[in-house]
Order: sequence, then C-alpha cells, then structure tokens
Amino acid sequence: MAYSFPVEVLEHIFSFIDSDNDRNAVSLVCKSWYEIERWCRRKIFIGNCYAVTPRIMIRRFPELRSVSLKGKPHFADFNLVPEGWGGYVDPWVLAMGRAYPFLEELRLKRMVVSDEALEMVSKSFKNFKVLVLSSCEGFTTDGLASIAANCRNLRELDLRESDVEDLGGNWLSCFPESCTSLVSLNISCLGSDWSLQSLSALERLVGRSPNLRRLRLNRAVPLDKLANLLRRAPQLVELGTGTFSSELRPDVFSNLSGAFSGCKELKALSGFWDAVPSHLPAVYTICSGLTSLNLSDANIQSSDLVKLISECQNLQRLWVFDYIEDSGLEALAESCKNLQELRVFPSDPYAMEPNVTLTEQGLVAVSEGCPKLESVLYFCRQFTNNALFTIAKNRPNLTRFRLCIIEPRTPDYITLEPLDAGFGAIVQNCKELRRLSLSGLLTDRVFEHIGTHAKKLEMLSIAFAGDSDLGLYHVLSGCKSLRKLEIRDCPFGDKALLANAAKLETMRSLWMSSCLVSFEACKLLGQKMPRLNVEVIDERGPPDSRPESYPVEKLYIYRSVAGPRLDMPAFVWTMDEELALRLS
Amino acid sequence: MSTRGVEAEIITELRLGLPGNSSSGEKNEKKKKRVFDEMVNDEGNSSCSGNERKNENTEKMNKAQVVGWPPVCSYRKKLIQRDNTMYVKISMDGAPFLRKIDLGNHKGYPELALAFEKLFDCHGIREALKDADNSEYIPIYEDKDGDWMLVGDVPWE
Repeated sequence: MAYSFPVEVLEHIFSFIDSDNDRNAVSLVCKSWYEIERWCRRKIFIGNCYAVTPRIMIRRFPELRSVSLKGKPHFADFNLVPEGWGGYVDPWVLAMGRAYPFLEELRLKRMVVSDEALEMVSKSFKNFKVLVLSSCEGFTTDGLASIAANCRNLRELDLRESDVEDLGGNWLSCFPESCTSLVSLNISCLGSDWSLQSLSALERLVGRSPNLRRLRLNRAVPLDKLANLLRRAPQLVELGTGTFSSELRPDVFSNLSGAFSGCKELKALSGFWDAVPSHLPAVYTICSGLTSLNLSDANIQSSDLVKLISECQNLQRLWVFDYIEDSGLEALAESCKNLQELRVFPSDPYAMEPNVTLTEQGLVAVSEGCPKLESVLYFCRQFTNNALFTIAKNRPNLTRFRLCIIEPRTPDYITLEPLDAGFGAIVQNCKELRRLSLSGLLTDRVFEHIGTHAKKLEMLSIAFAGDSDLGLYHVLSGCKSLRKLEIRDCPFGDKALLANAAKLETMRSLWMSSCLVSFEACKLLGQKMPRLNVEVIDERGPPDSRPESYPVEKLYIYRSVAGPRLDMPAFVWTMDEELALRLS
Repeated sequence: MSTRGVEAEIITELRLGLPGNSSSGEKNEKKKKRVFDEMVNDEGNSSCSGNERKNENTEKMNKAQVVGWPPVCSYRKKLIQRDNTMYVKISMDGAPFLRKIDLGNHKGYPELALAFEKLFDCHGIREALKDADNSEYIPIYEDKDGDWMLVGDVPWE
C-alpha cells in the first residue's frame, strides 16, 4: 500500500514486539511487512530442530541474536528414545558460526552437543552471553573449559539436568580473572567429586562476579564451603546448595546461618543433597522471602519438611518428594496460600508396596487450601474419581495437570471403576488446561471427554490407556489446540491415524510407542503427507523384514519443511516416496 | 453432526470387543493384540533384581521393570538410588586433608582411579593401577583387618 510508514518507523515499532506469535502474525500482513520483520527479528524458538534446516533459518532471518532449539522428543527423558537417534547441534553451530557473528544466546534442550561444537561457539561469537544446555549430552568438561576461556562477556552458563562427562582438569579456573560478567551459573548436574583447586576456583569466580544472581552448585561443594560462597555473593536471588550434610558442629551451623541471613534477596532455594534435618534451620531467616523451594534432591522426612515449609508463607512453587505425605500436604495447604505450582516426586518408584502415606487426600487438600494452584505434577499409588471431581471443582484455574498413578491401569480403588469420569471432570471444569498427563485405568470414554472439552489443550501424554482406535480418534479430531501428543502402550492403530492425517500437520509432533500402528500404515502416511516426517524407530531390524501388518516398535511423526533428515542411525527409517518405491 | 457420522463409520469398521475376543477380526490383528498383551500384562516375578530392561518382547518381563515407567527423568533416577552410599576415606601422602568418596558412585577400578586423580589433582594413578611394576607409586588400601592391600585384586563387586 502506498500509505505505509517508512521502513525505519515500522522497524522501530516492530522492535517492541517480542512474542513469537505476534511476530509471526506481523509477518503475514503483507509482503513488505514480512520483509521488514524478517530483517529485524532477533530471537527465534525452534521447537523441533528437524522441522527446519539451519540454511532455511538463516535465509529467512539473517540477523538473529538469540536461538533456541529442541531436539529429542520428550519421552527421551524416560529412556524411550534409543541412543544415537539424533538431535545433533553441530551442523547448527557450524552454520550459525558463519552467518551470525553477533549471536549472543543459545538455548538447547535434549540435544547432543559435542566439545567441538562448544569450542566453535566460544570462538565464533565475539559477544556471546548466554548458554543454556537443558537435558543435553555428548560433551565433557573440556568443552566447558573452552566456553569459560573464550567467552569474554559470558552472562549465563546453565547446564540444567545435562549429562556431562567430568574429565577433571579444573575447567572453572579457565574463566580469566578479567571475567566479571556472570549473572547466572548452574552446574548442579556436575559430579560429586571435586578437587580443592576446583573449589577454590569456584570461590574466586563467585567473588569477582558482582552481578551474580543465580547460582546452583553441584553435590561436590561441601557444606562448609557454602557459607564462604554466600558471603561473597549476598546479592543472590536463586541458590542451589551443594551437599547439605556434614558433621554437626555448632560453629559450622552458626556460620552458615549467618551467611544465609546476609542474603536478603533470596527468592529460590534448591539443592539440599543428603540434607541432615538438624542443619535445615540455618535457612529459616530467609524462608519468608522464598517463592520457590525445590527439595526434590533431598531425603528429608515429613515432619522436618513441614517445619521448613511452614516458615515459607510466600511460597509459589514447591517441588518435593512424597516423603511429605498427606499430612505434610495438609500443612502446606494451611501455610502457603500463594502456592501456584506443586510437584511431588516418588522416592521409591519401583517398590511394590507404598513406602509413604501419600494418597489422593494430599492433593485434594492442596486443591482446597491453595486458591492459586494452577500447575500440578503428582506421583502416587491410588486415586478415586471422587477425588478428581473435587479437585476439578476446587481448581477450575488449573493449566497443567499431570497425575501419575504408579501402577499402570489402576482403577478407582474404592469403586474399582475406570477413572474416565474423574479426568472428564478435570477437562470439563478446567477450561484453560494446556497440559495433561493421564494414568490409571482408562477406557475410550476418557478420550471422548477430552476431545469434547479440552479445547485449549496443547500437550497430552497417554500411557496404558484406551480400548481401541476410537480413543485416538476422539483426541485427534476434537482437541483443536493440540501441539504435542505422546502415547505409549495403548491399543491405538492405523485407522484413527490415517483418518486424521491432516491434523498431524497442525501439530509439532506425535510419538507412539508399543502401540498397534502397522508398518503399512506408516508407509501410507509418509507417502500421502510429504510435509510430515514419519519416522519408524525399530531396533528389531528393518521393518520390511516382517509382515507389513506388524506393528512398529516406535513411531515419531513431525511436521517439517526440511524434508527427511540425513543423519538417521540404522534403526530409524523415514517413510517417504523414495522409501516406498525402494521397498515395493 | 458430521462428527457423529464419521464416528458411526469408525464403529462399523472397528472391532469394539474386549481384548482377546476372537470375532471377524483378521488373524493378524489378533496376533497384534497378543503381542501387546504379553508386553504389558505379564505377571513376571516381583523381585527387583531382574535386569531385562531393554528387551520388550521377553516373556518374563517384571512389571516393575517396564522401560521408562514410571515416568521419572533419568536425571532424577540417578538421585533416587542414593541409598547405596558407601563413603570411604582417602588420604594421599603430603596432602593436608583427607577426602571422602562414595564407592557406590563408581562402576569399577579405572573410574575410581580417575576420581582419585580429580580429588587430588594429580596424575599417574590410573597408570599405576594398570601397570604396577613400571610406575613409581601404587594405590593401596587398608582393609578391615588393618592390613595394607594392593588395589585391584578383589573384584569390584
């Protein structure tokens, strides 16, 4: 249109637009807006690294400063994705090293990262500031040493839950003395044996980082070092302690207590490995300011947990082991009226009998007492439809509800019925629900409820549920907002999948393992839908060595503009035209 | 309205019987169901010592050993197994402090030697372990009888 603003004005206006969705909308208005927008986009999030190629990204967005990539599907967290499946960041780093000399931020999740890639990152981007490696693997402390040594302006180094091979070598001392820019350091996933030299390198680093706000230590950092670190960083907002046990000496305790009381800005606490209950009061002075408490690495029992939690009146987030028990959750419901997120993890997930008294009662109590509760992850061994009705009625504001009843196919323990009605109540009442994980005994009926009511649901996880294809059909045809669907051990097969093939292009991905989808259906889907990558993952050997009607072991379907990937291991096949021709 | 029509279509195409019901379903479908049932419903033994985690088609699959269930992150699983802690004291001549190490965290002598090297920031322990005759130092430990023993004779387990 002839009446549009000059490019510079539009660019300036667009610079205030941050969210990806808004940016995407802007780029669809007209060709000139598309052009202007793509030149001034600075941040991109790619939810599936195989949906697009580095070349396509660079071609469209030549001036990015921040790139986020996710690799393996979520079920990789539970060892369902075989080693070597993919998710390599190296080709991305190689391409970005050439195209984006001004890149500042790289955030990766579930990707395989090599030391070479880390070295390349450290040398290619002069103004590199933020490296977040979440649940990544494939690198060692040598790679970290390159980052430490070469990134002059590093602000964030966050290795959360990554699998890092510790080769010793004291990589922390590779941070030059001139590096004072650190704001966030998360090394909690690193090993538990460190030399004294590494510990003192850490102390010096913390001491010369006046902007350090987030520090998460690993288990190797002993309790008697913690006080020193805290005194050097009283401005901390988030702290993950190292090991929280030592011989109980009054001077260690009072030193620690004093150090904690000096940290007046602390809002989040985690760590507490091997925590000895008698040491916990050392943190009491800062508890009233805490909004986030993560005790899921600590073996603390119910009564000590309750004492600690009751000091934290302003808690918004609590992660804890099921040692808290129903009684502890009732106390939580009394003390913490601002609670928004609760995660209860199983202390002994493989035990046949429950080792603690944690039942549906605990969650019901929290749903009653905490009006702002919106996010739940709860592992337990029994549940009832009534409890689910109550929770749904109490908390229509739930946005994330993940319930894991440990034994597959467990019915309502009082009525012995499936939990269809209970979960049905959840999806019906909680209209803003975006994420749901199901468990217990479930028939196709629960999927009918989900398809009918869960209109804002974006991610659904299903295991050991359903009776037939009808279940899958309800989900695929009903859940308008569905982006990620992951299914294991359900009797879902070809028909529902083929009848809803078009739906799959509106989603990021679908994972199905130990289901009943035949190789034949996979081939058909791959042929009919060129913009889907249909990956068959089967460690039993080539799928054409078995009858076509046999179910495949695992199936991963995702939309992509990149075409089939070229880095697949021997046990992954992409179903496409070529393959179909080759096998026919 | 149109959904119901398609739904009706689906119903006529699918078998909605209980699993295991033989009807007009093809032989292959039945076979699929059986394999599936075997994979998941097997009674198996209740002991947790079974190590058949990877092989989903084994008959004797322990219920508690279903791969990836319950859905606890592998990162978190490592932490849960901490009850096997076996802390032992390590001293190195010339070092001012002793250190403690958790034997449960290591899977064998070479890993242990690496851990020693990291703790004391020194090299040569791994070589000493491999080839005792040619190196200057040897790693030794004091057993419960108070005798000094050469590291490596007793099998790791």
